[in-house]
Amino acid sequence: MNASTISTIGAPVRRKEDHRFITGKGRYTDDMNRPGQTQAYFLRSPHAHARIRAIDTTAAAAMPGVVAILTGADLAADGVGDLICGWMIHSVDGTPMRMGSHPALAKDTVRYVGDHVAVVIAETLNAAKDAAAAVEVDYDVLPAVAETGRAQAPDAPQLHEVAPGNTVFSWELGDKAATDAAFSGAAHVIPLDLVNNRLAPNPIEPRAAIGEYDSGDDAFTLWTTSQNPHLARLVLSAFVGIAPENKLRVIAPDVGGGFGSKIFIYAEETVCVWAAKRVGRPVKWTSDRSEAFLSDAHGRDHITHAELALDAHGKILGFRVKTTANMGAYLSTFASSIPTYLYATLLSGQYDIPAIHCHVDAVYTNTAPVDAYRGAGRPEATFLVERIVEIAARTLKMDGAAFRRRNFITSFPHQTPVIMAYDAGDYGASLDKALMLSDYAGFPARKAEAAARGKLRGIGLSNYIEACGIAPSAAVGSLGAGVGLWESAEVRVNPTGNVEVLTGSHSHGQGHETTFAQLVSSRLGIPMEQVSIVHGDTDKVQFGMGTYGSRSGAVGMSAIVKALDKVEAKAKKIAAYMLEASEGDIEFKDGRFTVAGTDRGLAFAEVALNAYVAHKFPTSEIEPGLKEGAFYDPTNFTFPAGCHVCELEVDPDTGVTEIVNFVAVDDFGVVINPMIVEGQVHGGIAQGVGQALLEGVHYDGDGQLVTGSFMDYTMPRAGNLPSFRIGLTETRCPSNPLGIKGCGEAGAIAAPPAVINALTSALGTEDVPMPATPAKVWQIIQAQRAVAQAAE
Amino acid sequence: MAKISLTVNGKAVTAEVEPRTLLVQLLRETLNLTGTHVGCDTSQCGACVVHLDGAAVKSCTMLAVQADGASVTTIEGLAKGTQLHPMQEAFREHHGLQCGFCTPGMIMTAVDMVARLGSELDEATIRENLDGNLCRCTGYHNIVKAVEAGARAMGQPALAAE
Repeated sequence: MNASTISTIGAPVRRKEDHRFITGKGRYTDDMNRPGQTQAYFLRSPHAHARIRAIDTTAAAAMPGVVAILTGADLAADGVGDLICGWMIHSVDGTPMRMGSHPALAKDTVRYVGDHVAVVIAETLNAAKDAAAAVEVDYDVLPAVAETGRAQAPDAPQLHEVAPGNTVFSWELGDKAATDAAFSGAAHVIPLDLVNNRLAPNPIEPRAAIGEYDSGDDAFTLWTTSQNPHLARLVLSAFVGIAPENKLRVIAPDVGGGFGSKIFIYAEETVCVWAAKRVGRPVKWTSDRSEAFLSDAHGRDHITHAELALDAHGKILGFRVKTTANMGAYLSTFASSIPTYLYATLLSGQYDIPAIHCHVDAVYTNTAPVDAYRGAGRPEATFLVERIVEIAARTLKMDGAAFRRRNFITSFPHQTPVIMAYDAGDYGASLDKALMLSDYAGFPARKAEAAARGKLRGIGLSNYIEACGIAPSAAVGSLGAGVGLWESAEVRVNPTGNVEVLTGSHSHGQGHETTFAQLVSSRLGIPMEQVSIVHGDTDKVQFGMGTYGSRSGAVGMSAIVKALDKVEAKAKKIAAYMLEASEGDIEFKDGRFTVAGTDRGLAFAEVALNAYVAHKFPTSEIEPGLKEGAFYDPTNFTFPAGCHVCELEVDPDTGVTEIVNFVAVDDFGVVINPMIVEGQVHGGIAQGVGQALLEGVHYDGDGQLVTGSFMDYTMPRAGNLPSFRIGLTETRCPSNPLGIKGCGEAGAIAAPPAVINALTSALGTEDVPMPATPAKVWQIIQAQRAVAQAAE
Repeated sequence: MAKISLTVNGKAVTAEVEPRTLLVQLLRETLNLTGTHVGCDTSQCGACVVHLDGAAVKSCTMLAVQADGASVTTIEGLAKGTQLHPMQEAFREHHGLQCGFCTPGMIMTAVDMVARLGSELDEATIRENLDGNLCRCTGYHNIVKAVEAGARAMGQPALAAE
């Protein structure tokens, strides 16, 4: 199918946006340049923790090409506010979370390597870099703490006065007494200690920003690599105080991947837009990769102890979890929500667990801020649930699939003990299909064959669930969110019958220009090429909440449906006048308005034209024009779920793990474009495999970032991955008009436990940390061999 | 400043550059050919791959002055007018891109791969030869399919004869 045809939901339509990307005509922020533009370079702290005694910019300011050098004192003088965290979490004792001050340029203290000390603005980037090297900063270096598990130690250096013990909050969810009671009656208790490794999101496009100030209108424009430009404008206006919203336009043009890391409002774009007025010229900043490693918000970084209570037959009775979550040096935009309401609420997995209790301590450390990264809390929950479930099955000598099936939730809606009410699903169906596609039954023979070749072969299951389509505004408000999480859409039908859809969602790889157009094309019966999707500009789209958490299908498209409903209703009124029929007799199908039971009808474009010509209907009753807007607030989260199966082989002599088969069966509800959905799954699996086998951000004991480049941080490459086998099952989501659940994060959520369950099965030990690099796997094997030899 | 002359996408270009100017900076900032991207600073990601005298190079890892006298092809120079190169078409057809940022480098690498290894490429060969290009969106699955199909299309006689 190509773009000139009328589309249907469910068709693998090729992407409309691709032409500009494959011909080099994409427009990313760094591709743009403004007249009179200057270049910004950030002087960053080389220390993980230090007091700034003095900053001397005299020599640097005199260097060629330097326009200005600005520090935290200048920010303060202009009354620029701190960066904020927009989700309030209360501790068990009722006190609000301890939010340390987070200025865009340090006031008197730096708290991580890469923290922003000053900005040098110059005619060229090279001139700015040269001058930055000449800025003299007198640091009083302080002890630092980088390790999650050390942050609350009595002797740990303290980051923020407002947060004694470096504790941001000490929070809980679930019924502790009921959970304790479940454990007291248990036949088996399965303990598990694990670490969820810290990751760098690493979209291939680094962050970038251009700030511009128009003194004639006293108005600002910010081009930025954002997943949610309206939220950026809101925060920069209402909290940071750059300018009122009507005087600040934020444009997020083509954005080269985000994975969560471009949700947040960072120091750099704040400084660029503020400094543009200060220097009276546009200010551009583009991150290099080293800066990205230092200052993009990282993901994950949990330490957890958990226990699972079972009866004698392998039925789960209770689940007890204690997690310490590293927040880094400051609370990023949504940081506090990730290890709480996006984590503990998913601890029931796909299982009927009568009692769950989770306690989370969030801690400050001298590291980059940690916030949402693809999956955001849900991968951490799923890794925990699917590891402990697997270990439970192995402990009870039960097959992993059979153990899971025994504990599946099988009737819906299902209220878990941790807030979520699952609306629909069929976990047995996705498990069955995944076992079939992976030839699970044939695994023992393959393992034996691999053993004959000297290879260790393992298979691992992961039955994940996630909560997407965030989310009913009142519900998230009651949990501490500072914003509503609806979405907006406006459908503009032009007089000639083509359509522009303005959406508050933002596409940075998801293919909205295609899938959203598919929806409009199929609904209005007009060709794909007659539908344009407009997003990413606060001057065009009135407001929106942006794209993250797999919300653009379930929430963003639902808003479009609502607007289309209004367009159709109004067009029917106009058609009724044109056809001299009663409105109730007008039917709309396949792009035509017809009078029921007759052959009289009008094409959509004819009605559109008449809406604007306005000759044939009373404008006292029907306004001219055909343009409708809608805000859609979801009624529930959505609950995509499925089963991923990983099969791998380990070479015991090298420790190298090769994934030989990876099957993903997902229930995403109704699928608009299976080609795009499968692409999302592929990318998610790659990131999940990356977490399991390759990726890990590492700080040393002094808080120096050891993995600060692609030379040190192992990104998944083509040779690390197999081709994937993708299957779909479908239970329609009852909570939105299209029946969509969301697909963006499933792979990243499901893959890590599938890989580690396979690897632990291959190695015969549960103690395999992520990332399970060849060196670590080799050491495990060597230790096993040493034990075996000693026993001989 | 150094004065250099080269051919870019078939057009003669002269430029005055600082000696430390990278080829990618010349392409993006001086010639406004922004299809070539910069995704890292350690020569790892391959978003900046262009062809220099017919061979793939990472344009972030050579100086503009080193391209003096050479012929450079960027992603903007790959299509013939409105007719896409078969590798471009294959990336579109096989959904070999999502955010599009790594795509120009991927396509330029893939075209080079065919020039070096021929048009019948198996999966293992493609994966091995994509080692210098990072993609964070696709998991490489569809890029591999696109390269395989694009290579085959490049090998078709009608196109090879052009």
